[in-house]
Amino acid sequence: MGDDSLKGYRGVGRTVLERHEAGVWSDVTVETTRGRFRGIVLPRSETADDRHIVLKLISGYNVGVAAEQVTSMVVHDRREAHYKVPEKQFPFDPAKPRVKLLGTGGTIASRLDYRTGAVIPAFSPGELYGSVPELADICNLETEKLFGVFSENMGPQQYIKLAQNIGEEIAKGVDGIVIGHGTDTMHHTAAILTFMVQNPPIPIVMVGSQRSSDRPSSDAAMNLMCAVNAAACGDIAEVMVCMFGPTSDQYCLLHRGTRVRKMHSSYRSTFRTIGENPLAMIDPHSITPLRQDYHHRRTDRQVTINSAFEEKVTILYYYPNMMPDVVDALVEKGYKGIVIAGTGLGHVNKPLYAAIKRATDAGVHIYMTVQTLWGYVQMYVYETGRELMELGIIPAANMLPEVAYVKLCWALGQSTDRNEVRRLMLTSINDEITEREPYNGYLIYQGAIPEVQEFLRSIKR
Amino acid sequence: MSAFRFKPYTEMTSEDYAAIELKCGLEVHRQLLTRRKLFCRCPAGRYSKEYHAEVLRHMRPTLSELGEYDGTALMEKKTRKNIYYRLNQQTVCTYEMDDTPPFFMDDEALDIALELCLLLKLNIVGELHIARKQYLDGSIPTGFQRTAIVGVDGELFYQGRRIGVRQLSIEEDSCREVTDIGHDRVYLTDRLGMPLIEVVTEPEMYTPQEVAEVGEIIRLLCHSTRHVRVGSGAARQDVNVSVRGGTRVEIKGTPQIWRNPHLIYNEAMRQCALLHIRDLLRERGVTSETLQTSVAEVTRTVANTAYVPIRKAVEDGLLVKAIALKHFEGLLNHPTQEHTTFAKEFSDRVRVIACLTQLPNIAHSDLAAETLSSREWREVRRKMRADADDALLLVWGNEADTVTAAQEIILRAREATIGVPSDTRQAYKDGTNGFERVLPGPERMYPDTDLPPIEINSARLERLAVQIPRRVWELDERLQEIRGLAPQLRQQLLRSPYGELFCRIMTSGSLSPNWLAVVLTESLIGLRREGCELQFLSEPLLTEVFTAVVQQRLVPEGVMPMLRYFCRSIETLTPVELVNKAIYELRLNLIPIDQVRESVVRAVAELPIELFVQPDDLPRYLMGRLMEQWRGRLPGRQLAQLVREQLTGHAGIQHKWKNYSWAMIP
Repeated sequence: MGDDSLKGYRGVGRTVLERHEAGVWSDVTVETTRGRFRGIVLPRSETADDRHIVLKLISGYNVGVAAEQVTSMVVHDRREAHYKVPEKQFPFDPAKPRVKLLGTGGTIASRLDYRTGAVIPAFSPGELYGSVPELADICNLETEKLFGVFSENMGPQQYIKLAQNIGEEIAKGVDGIVIGHGTDTMHHTAAILTFMVQNPPIPIVMVGSQRSSDRPSSDAAMNLMCAVNAAACGDIAEVMVCMFGPTSDQYCLLHRGTRVRKMHSSYRSTFRTIGENPLAMIDPHSITPLRQDYHHRRTDRQVTINSAFEEKVTILYYYPNMMPDVVDALVEKGYKGIVIAGTGLGHVNKPLYAAIKRATDAGVHIYMTVQTLWGYVQMYVYETGRELMELGIIPAANMLPEVAYVKLCWALGQSTDRNEVRRLMLTSINDEITEREPYNGYLIYQGAIPEVQEFLRSIKR
Repeated sequence: MSAFRFKPYTEMTSEDYAAIELKCGLEVHRQLLTRRKLFCRCPAGRYSKEYHAEVLRHMRPTLSELGEYDGTALMEKKTRKNIYYRLNQQTVCTYEMDDTPPFFMDDEALDIALELCLLLKLNIVGELHIARKQYLDGSIPTGFQRTAIVGVDGELFYQGRRIGVRQLSIEEDSCREVTDIGHDRVYLTDRLGMPLIEVVTEPEMYTPQEVAEVGEIIRLLCHSTRHVRVGSGAARQDVNVSVRGGTRVEIKGTPQIWRNPHLIYNEAMRQCALLHIRDLLRERGVTSETLQTSVAEVTRTVANTAYVPIRKAVEDGLLVKAIALKHFEGLLNHPTQEHTTFAKEFSDRVRVIACLTQLPNIAHSDLAAETLSSREWREVRRKMRADADDALLLVWGNEADTVTAAQEIILRAREATIGVPSDTRQAYKDGTNGFERVLPGPERMYPDTDLPPIEINSARLERLAVQIPRRVWELDERLQEIRGLAPQLRQQLLRSPYGELFCRIMTSGSLSPNWLAVVLTESLIGLRREGCELQFLSEPLLTEVFTAVVQQRLVPEGVMPMLRYFCRSIETLTPVELVNKAIYELRLNLIPIDQVRESVVRAVAELPIELFVQPDDLPRYLMGRLMEQWRGRLPGRQLAQLVREQLTGHAGIQHKWKNYSWAMIP
């Protein structure tokens, strides 16, 4: 038996299978001290223990049998299955816009290998058409998988490649670009792309899903249809995130790439525009702009690609009793930029002052943001703030901490001159700093309050 | 055309069912008595129709193994339902609404499932793997039910016959449907996520009665653990039915066991009828390959009809479509179930899949007189270029729904040429059933990637094995061995939670079996009706009470007052302490017979003999008076003996009623 035929099995589980000349996909009857089980041996997850053998029963259920309780095993047959997502020719309609879907590794559409639980991604136009045929009503779709990484593993290499590819696609004349992306760091990528791809003539829409597409209740198909609609037909030519608006299957929201943030670990409606209003409500067939101050679609192919990036930048999330050696260690390790997520209006404690002074003296660029997420840094109100600014900390207005982080990476990639970096950081490219905060840019309704309950009961979320 | 005959329900015999080779299996769902739901920390067993918010979802089928949709999945996709979930803050959290991943499975629930596996002698898995079973009707917001096999290949015994138990799984309960009108379906989520077990038997029951009786055995088995929920909605059964040449059809969610036989009868009849219809079609040369159908819009043709449903539809701007089924003439009136004809098979599909839920939703030419006028039918027939031996069906609705309806009618007609489609059918109160969905296959099972497998080690099973009750069929055998126990009381003991206790007490002493059985069944039920809390009557406490009787520390008459007393006290005493305390406080301790004799002598002396007409009234009067004083303090028999002694020697009595004998004192 080769290694592959015992996929995932180690230790006693593997020994027992080997002893009975069984392997993955063997159709077996197993006698154990707990009775008889009949089924097909499935691959074992690498992270699971080594004491059990997994069988798929005829009913479709999986069960685990303790290897040490196996008294005998008879192999009847071998039933290997190969899976693929059905591919159907994506229809071409010359009257429809051209959309390019760039894949980064998240699964936008997929189906589950029902025996092993592995998710098989659907990505080619044909596969996507097989899974979400509605896409063909919206556009002519082309796809390209740029890389296969989980969202948390996205980094400068991927950002740069994405920016360059977007530039190339714009030059090729596509009408819109959709980027499939894992949701965890989607807002980081949306922000950096806003800086790296400036003034694009077409929509660049990031999309993902909170419920994987192998689930019937998945948000993936609707997110994708809405994103494709925004890219193909929308008038907003910016880097945006397109995800569920409410938790209900009603509409998606388009969020500006610099003001969006993932705000819940599992809700469908996790992405929220912070300190501003979303750009638009969107469903697969229509777009309802909520703001007028967006960049309109153009017919030219002009775009500025600037993929500079300095990796030695960090976010320091301040907490009471933070020790100065944390800052010293960053300087010592060669960090060139620090974004502080400070308390309240942008504060840290006094014991850090000396360390901050040492850092700025060593040429480290330090920017202040707020861990409250909503609201502006205002370092003049309290003495602490004024003292911090004297030490060289630069307030970053209402830039979100993650946005300030990627922007500082991008700015330091271009210059180390204190004034030039400051100019880049504080010159807003697309609302990472806004001049004013609308009164309804901060809404976190609290449950149990009668008027909120009334709203929840009468208007489906 | 050969006639279709099926005996009325009440005339069917076992031989009749054997002749059609009826085979039935049961799937029993039972809620478990836990504090929490299965995969989240919401409280279990709280139901309320009140809701604080609603969310809207759609279900989208995922692709199956061969890149095709499961039949059920495809059907639900065609229905395009908007599904609304009503949320009550007390009963659901973000897990139920599918906005939070599952928490670990409730241990209490798993213990109960394992206990039932041990009772049914199932082979218990070494490791529990949680699966997702797709349900696209929206009854579960995730679109799948989390479920896991706990054991396979067990058994139960019914009248000495072994019935195989295929599997027992633990799963989360689904939503309760509120309404399903048109394309909108509304669910309550309070029941969602409640822990359930599902026991699946092999199809080894051969008459409807057997299904009911085996269902009862499973019910009693569940009850005997005292760890399952009782009451309405706590138990539901699906019955799988097939006849020779038929197909496995599942009748879904029958709440009452006694309804099953009638439902099974009607399903057996339906399958036989559908097979007969297929044979008739074959005689007419209609097979799956030769089936001819046509569809046309006939809105204008029937616009002025006097038939109200169609007329109203046309007035509302809806379309009317006609579907011609070649050579189907007369068959739509073929009986399929009691007061049900073949036409309902079409109407059901149109209702469920095309969402044309307002009935009547079809009209057909086999029942021409009640719908369009004969002239209108002629017109439709001419427009369809249909012959006299073609059946015509009409449906009305919007464009999309009538397209779906016409497709479904043709699909159902094609199935008629094959025989009995694999359906899941809903049970109606009148014993008939209707189409609910296409029966899903194993393709709808997926591993749940959100939760790791759960190891079920031997220590856990050993811990549970010592606490399982005697199996109900074993208990029955044991009860049958107890001499003198009336059969009716035996049945009551089997249904009560005290059968096992009964056996134990009977082995330890010489009590009257019927008296003990009555106390443990009828008397305790009486106590509960009085409002007593039977939960205070723990088994050790009851054991102690009856031991006191066996040891003659307590007379039988004292048992009920004592139990009533216990039910009303919430003491934390040990059983022995409680019994002694009660004997003392209730003055139930036995009195030396001499002490009683004195009071009997006194009572006899004070007898107003002159007031009595019949001598028989004397002892009755005396016993009544004396029992008030001494009830529970010496056996009634002994008291009667004392009374008899005193009366026999009484001079005044001897004088009034010469030579009367009081042998028959009550």
